Amino acid sequence: MALVLTEEQQLLRDTATQFFQERLPIANLRKLRDTKDASGFDRGAWKEMSDLGFAGIMISEKYGGTDFGPVGLGLVLEQAGRTLAASPLISTVLLCGSAVQLAGNATQRQDILSAIAAGDRIMALAIEEGPHHNPARIATKATPDGNSYRISGSKTFVLDGHVADQLIVVARTAGEESDRSGITLFLVDPKSEGVKITRTLMVDSRNAANIEFSNVAVPSSAVLGSVDGGNDVLEQVLDIARIGLSAEMLGLVQQTFDTTLAYLKERKQFGKVIGSFQALQHRMAALFAEIELCRSVVLDALSAIEDRRNDVPQIASIAKARLSEISTLMTNEGLQMHGGMGMTDQFDVGLYMKRARVAAASFGDANFHRERYATLEGY
Amino acid sequence: MEALDKFRQEIKAWLEENCPPSMRTPMPEEETVWGGRNARFTNPDAKLWLDRMAARGWTAPTWPKEYGGGGLTRDENLVLQQELRRIKARPPLSSFGLWMLGPALLEFANEEQKKEHLPKIVRGEIRWCQGYSEPGAGSDLAGLQTKCEDKGDHYLVNGQKIWTSYADKADWIFCLVRTDPTTKHDGISFLLFDMMSPGVEARPITMISGASPFCETFFTDVKVPKKNLVGELNKGWTIAKRLLQHEREMISGMGLGGVGAGGGIGSLEQVAKDYFGETGGRIAGPSLRDHITRQKMDSKAFALTMQRSAEEAKAGQGPGAASSIFKYYGTELNKRRYELLLELMGTRALGWEGDGFDDGEINVTRSWLRSKGNSIEGGTSEVQLNVVSKRVLGLPD
Repeated sequence: MALVLTEEQQLLRDTATQFFQERLPIANLRKLRDTKDASGFDRGAWKEMSDLGFAGIMISEKYGGTDFGPVGLGLVLEQAGRTLAASPLISTVLLCGSAVQLAGNATQRQDILSAIAAGDRIMALAIEEGPHHNPARIATKATPDGNSYRISGSKTFVLDGHVADQLIVVARTAGEESDRSGITLFLVDPKSEGVKITRTLMVDSRNAANIEFSNVAVPSSAVLGSVDGGNDVLEQVLDIARIGLSAEMLGLVQQTFDTTLAYLKERKQFGKVIGSFQALQHRMAALFAEIELCRSVVLDALSAIEDRRNDVPQIASIAKARLSEISTLMTNEGLQMHGGMGMTDQFDVGLYMKRARVAAASFGDANFHRERYATLEGY
Repeated sequence: MEALDKFRQEIKAWLEENCPPSMRTPMPEEETVWGGRNARFTNPDAKLWLDRMAARGWTAPTWPKEYGGGGLTRDENLVLQQELRRIKARPPLSSFGLWMLGPALLEFANEEQKKEHLPKIVRGEIRWCQGYSEPGAGSDLAGLQTKCEDKGDHYLVNGQKIWTSYADKADWIFCLVRTDPTTKHDGISFLLFDMMSPGVEARPITMISGASPFCETFFTDVKVPKKNLVGELNKGWTIAKRLLQHEREMISGMGLGGVGAGGGIGSLEQVAKDYFGETGGRIAGPSLRDHITRQKMDSKAFALTMQRSAEEAKAGQGPGAASSIFKYYGTELNKRRYELLLELMGTRALGWEGDGFDDGEINVTRSWLRSKGNSIEGGTSEVQLNVVSKRVLGLPD
């Protein structure tokens, strides 16, 4: 197990730290929000990220990627989390890039992976259908129609859905709504007839969309992986996303902690800095402990993907459950310790709390993952 | 690497020949070997196992050979521990001398003291106890008042200690004494003496678990030879603190179900299925199931953190800030585990003694009560949080 970073990884982390602090500081997210930016992310910065190799970090060199692996991607995401950087890393790299890597045929890989690595294609995974993450319950239907399929159904909370150049749609080709089998992944052009995309403005100012599919025709060459056998791929892809998102949340949690600690050393009441009060000291020390555990879990989960361990589902659920809970706790505590200033839009802690909630709800919250873990462990 | 492989083969062969089969079975608590002048071996194999391990210095594998230790490198010791775990060997010796005093003596004692005391610790000949807390000096340990006067050719000790673990069974004590009443931290010295000395009296204290592992220890005009002072006069606090670090490391392992973990009761989910019931292969109570999952996830996260800290230390990145939370988190985790076990087992974990309950159940009840002390002894959780706040986070007084 690699819970300690190699020199190469430390170098990558330093590059990422510098990039996000200088190029995508939190002011960037505020600007996107305040100008109601149509893309919802900085396209110029995304191009730079692909030049730095971040977009192709999980993609092999054959397709123009840097093949730094999951631990490398985790380090980048952690630094992105520190500045709440909005980028297609989750939608395009974690979710869709992984899906194509795992399930794509030679043509699909060549086409899509090289475009992702070059920063030329934004992709989105259309999976959710209700207010809670539930990959086992897919009602959207894809019906064979000659040499093609017709997709009908509605998807929600599609990350980067309104800016995607290409969609991966999770649809049912057989079985009942809650069957594990009978699920198929389709590559869909969002400009196809019958696709209606509505951007949803979220509390974290990041991208998401509702997408309606009305009898949308897709050729059978658009099937990603095997017909009816999409669930296995989907579970692997989701675990990668859960772990990657946990890495982003680790950055968010650490940044909130650091900011709060600095505030406690500066804000004075009763003639002394409030960080001298034991009521606050003990809460910070306890949070410090929780965050140290977060870091260990995230590192182990990332190396679990890298080493293709068979406990990836379990450690993914441990990581996502822990980071979902602790990011909620840390941002709530951070806000409280900032007092009235924490309630203002001017202070950043509120932005971190908003992002924490959305990240927690993505791909299963703590409740979902505890329940899943118990199922995986057979109790 | 090759040398290590060869070493592993040697160890394997040696253990195969020398570890008696009965020493490869789970150890009931009453068979723990503490050594000492009055050592009792309920199983004769335990004596054999101790003597064989001690002869190689492997009760203290990394201590230098000249003091009876094994002289192993860190990596060699890792191999030894792996092989011992692999055959499920019992610890040959449990001892405060090994865990706490020895490392401090190696760092602070003079040559004569090391030669005198360390080999006897390795061989389990002398059982040590720790004279730290006093009735008026608990969390504020440096406020201790046990008086030690220089009487020319000897020291004279008067005072009282409390929570002295196994003082009634120990042969010697390492004791913090006040040698300068005019200052606080700079007036403490670190003294070793024989519990058989005239004027020493240990009275066991009955604890809420029903056991009496702790004593009140009284010193009335106890004469101690001057050569038994470790380090310089009035410089004992440095030694005391270092020794506390060793103690905390020992205690923090408890969160992983190590020492005193109510052994033999099985995994939490199995206990839940046995005592609460299952439907369709799952624990019947969703709320209990959720509590179990929280506990298992946090235990895993804690174990990974201890592992990460060890890897960081090995990679030369220093002990790391993470280690400062081990005592706090490990003991709180262990307490939570027992609270959960009680909830899973219902009234079966509420027996005190007699035939109405089996040994495992009584053990859970007693261990639950014992676990409450984990976050008090060796520095309370609150003191640990103070240490993190001030030393790690840099928050002011």
